[in-house]
Amino acid sequence: MAQDTGRPSGTHQDGNRLAGPLSEILRAEPTTAWWRCPDCGRSGPLAELHVYGPEPGLTARCPACSRVALRMVPEEGHLWLSLGGATGAFRFRTA
Amino acid sequence: MTSFSPGFHGRPRALADRLPPGQYPTESFPVLSAGPTPRVPTETWTFTVTTETGATRSWTWDEMMALPQQETVHDIHCVTRWSKFDTHWRGVPLTAFLDDVETAADHVVAEAHGGYTTNLPLEDVLDGRAWVAHTYDGYPLSPEHGGPARLLVPHLYFWKSAKWVSGLRLTVEDEPGFWESVGYHNYGDPWREQRNWGD
Repeated sequence: MAQDTGRPSGTHQDGNRLAGPLSEILRAEPTTAWWRCPDCGRSGPLAELHVYGPEPGLTARCPACSRVALRMVPEEGHLWLSLGGATGAFRFRTA
Repeated sequence: MTSFSPGFHGRPRALADRLPPGQYPTESFPVLSAGPTPRVPTETWTFTVTTETGATRSWTWDEMMALPQQETVHDIHCVTRWSKFDTHWRGVPLTAFLDDVETAADHVVAEAHGGYTTNLPLEDVLDGRAWVAHTYDGYPLSPEHGGPARLLVPHLYFWKSAKWVSGLRLTVEDEPGFWESVGYHNYGDPWREQRNWGD
């Protein structure tokens, strides 16, 4: 059930918040992933991403310039994943 | 014997009749975030309508506040299942920004500071069904709830009511927005429970 997140507006969690849902569709350990921002060039481990949500979905952003790194929306039996945004979205079956 | 007053305004519509399927009522006003909260000063705020040909028309804050204002009361419904009854808003109906625009578009993309977008049929934001709202419950809209101004489209799930709205882009083709492009329903009617892409 939806609840207020209990955190002040606009605050975030670290990128390891993505590990659970990503592990449903990846064989590799998500927390070992590195990313690179195409806008500002910042790179680092997954944990450095700023993650907003979980509702209506998880939005991970570059900690330096806020560009969206990925968006994830779980729904019954599926996980929607968009990397960056310009490439469209993928719907994975999870159940 | 205890008696109950029927109240001054007659019998109110039963709350259960005002609750779309799958929703629960709340007194609070939850805040959901997909990014940092933008702080947009009214001194630099603008609202821009862009047509499918690229023609633009912009309003400053003062110009927007000089347009005819409306007080409006609505039930609002979030796709995360909370509903809030009788929310009080003040703002400018979108018709005021769109009436003089020449367009063949059937769709709009609402754009917001911070990069958020959401798509709507043009007809859904005309005829007093959508506003640029700047006042909530008698006070200036707080940044957490989309201030200084947000879109208000109360007949659709609340993700369509874009916070920190900066303009409308008229489009011939429908362009799914921030949440619509990653699994949420393209239209989002709470009474038909259009939450997800497949609903």
